[in-house]
Amino acid sequence: MRFVDEYRDAKAAEQYARAIARITTKPWTIMEVCGGQTHAIVKFGIDQLLPEGITLVHGPGCPVCVTPVELIDKAIEIAARPEVIFCSFGDMLRVPGSHGDLFAAKAAGADVRIVYAPLDALKIARENPDGQVVFFAIGFETTAPANAAAVYQARQQCIGNFSMLVAHVLIPPAMEAILDSPSNRVQGFLAAGHVCTVMGYTEYEPIAETYAIPIVVTGFEPLDLLQGVFMCVKQLEQGRAEVENQYNRAVRREGNRHAQNLIREVFEVVPRKWRGIGEIPRSGLRLTGPYGEFDAEQRFGVANYAAEEPSECISGLVLQGAKKPHECPAFGTRCTPETPMGAPMVSSEGACAAYYRYRHSAIST
Amino acid sequence: MEREQEFSVSCPIPLQRYPNITLAHGAGGKLMHGLIEELFLPAFSNPALDARHDSAVLSHGAVNFAFTTDSYVVQPIFFPGGDIGSLAVYGTVNDLAMAGARPWCLSAGFILEEGFPMEALWRVVQSMQQAAEHVGVCIVTGDTKVVDKGKGDGIFINTAGIGVIERDVSLSPQRVQPGDVLLLNGDIGRHGIAVMAVREGIDFETEIESDLAPLSGIVGALLEESPEVHCMRDLTRGGLATALNEIAQTAGVGIEVDENRIPVREDVQGACELLGLDPLYVANEGRFITFAAPSDAERALCVLRAHELGAGASIIGSVTDSSSSRVIIRSAIGVPRILDLLSGEQLPRIC
Repeated sequence: MRFVDEYRDAKAAEQYARAIARITTKPWTIMEVCGGQTHAIVKFGIDQLLPEGITLVHGPGCPVCVTPVELIDKAIEIAARPEVIFCSFGDMLRVPGSHGDLFAAKAAGADVRIVYAPLDALKIARENPDGQVVFFAIGFETTAPANAAAVYQARQQCIGNFSMLVAHVLIPPAMEAILDSPSNRVQGFLAAGHVCTVMGYTEYEPIAETYAIPIVVTGFEPLDLLQGVFMCVKQLEQGRAEVENQYNRAVRREGNRHAQNLIREVFEVVPRKWRGIGEIPRSGLRLTGPYGEFDAEQRFGVANYAAEEPSECISGLVLQGAKKPHECPAFGTRCTPETPMGAPMVSSEGACAAYYRYRHSAIST
Repeated sequence: MEREQEFSVSCPIPLQRYPNITLAHGAGGKLMHGLIEELFLPAFSNPALDARHDSAVLSHGAVNFAFTTDSYVVQPIFFPGGDIGSLAVYGTVNDLAMAGARPWCLSAGFILEEGFPMEALWRVVQSMQQAAEHVGVCIVTGDTKVVDKGKGDGIFINTAGIGVIERDVSLSPQRVQPGDVLLLNGDIGRHGIAVMAVREGIDFETEIESDLAPLSGIVGALLEESPEVHCMRDLTRGGLATALNEIAQTAGVGIEVDENRIPVREDVQGACELLGLDPLYVANEGRFITFAAPSDAERALCVLRAHELGAGASIIGSVTDSSSSRVIIRSAIGVPRILDLLSGEQLPRIC
């Protein structure tokens, strides 16, 4: 398939792997920020092509994984109301809350529907004027513009029975939080290409400078990832710490201005709790100004929920790149995709799910 | 607050097993296998059932029969390349064919929802009749039930089928052995994507048609020419990956396949990339895998390719050993990884 096959060429991958090995003189630890990148790395076995000294650790860029447990509880509570049609991306349905997941809520009678886009939820709201249609808006900067557009349209078109449960998080503050952690071992980042298609990469420049760390905006295909690693290792070996753009077929430095304006129109930046990590300042989005009336937390009175996250699994360490999924004692035994303890075992972008699905009996040897 | 404190590591509560049936219990993945293994099989256990083949194989005197049943709940009921009626005939015929049986007769049970349009029912029935005629089976018995509006989804159909095993063949997962060569009769993923495109209102440049087709003809031709075929399985819900895992587990063998040799049409690949789906798990209704002895593999491939339903056939892998019951796939860039069962439904990713 055009624009895909070119980036999955086995021979070119091998050449890149050799080139990386040639320039590597010291061990380096590089974090790929996005869960989509993690899955591509594990699925295609990219880490196994790299020289021994290069360690890839997996970042917090899985929006499903970092959505806090109380938001899942709120979603289930709202979905259970008889007047509510609760719309969500498929990934969120199996993520455990305190007492169950949205799949179980659906089985118990809640009207929970999988949609592919927030505008689909808006359409459902138009078609069901007597019901309350709630969309579970999760994601990073990538999905924020489409979600903003749905709320913007709802307001323009006076669709009063539509609202949004917002769980939006932002990537750069999470990267800074990881770098600030005393246990940090990340020496270079592969930044999330799709996030940068929206936001550009100017906001990463101060991070690279302040923390003296190379950041390479990277795509999602095998050759993208190998080239991203190559560029990152080259910077590390040369002692540079700059923002470079590997994914230049999709990303411009300034990003997509229209999309950014729409996000700013509808959302404001707030502190947000990340599942398994804790609260990070200025790391989330909330509906603002006249769009506040579309906030499902306010509409359904679930704003002050709290839920404890017990400390059995190590998803927090996995999301910060401090541990690999298989280093968790529960991995593959008490924690599996059927009985997940943490969200990274559920989501198609979660690191634990990637390891479980593609290598739970260590075939890498 | 200190960053150190912010990074207190925490984790959600373990989820109890589901107290109610969820959609994932019917999706062909691990949850469904759990349901079958822990609930149905222990309750009904007998040698024919425990063989866990697409059809039960039964003997009466010198005659061997295959017997199977399947229910059809597809939505939308009319989709590019077929409809629930032809699917209800071909799906069951294909399960019989996988046991090496010539389909003989079918039953048809209709569960209709109050308010379902008579015109649609007539189209479905005509389609079933044409499909049955096409493969030479008779629908010899049936049943009709009507449920209250809101208690069904328009129409559900159950068909059961009986086939006669005329050749001296024994096809079953238990016969699969190390060294066997694995053949696939064509490109995968078309049925699932065709249905999903209609259901979700997704338009592609070209219409993707379901691969729905009766496999009894091509299977008959194959068995005629290649006696050393050990097992066949049609790739329905859960796709190729699920079928491979079922065989590996039932036969107690390892299977290795090569991703680059598994044909996926470009438009299907594109749709999968767009929706975040893996074509290896997407449903098919006219595709099957064959495990043949190495000495017979080339001959089997020629027979498949000579048939219109096997023009795109290829050898996609082989049976490796009996130590792991695992399916290993060599990725597009040549690195091996596990190809596992999914938990439940394939959930489209968000970004």
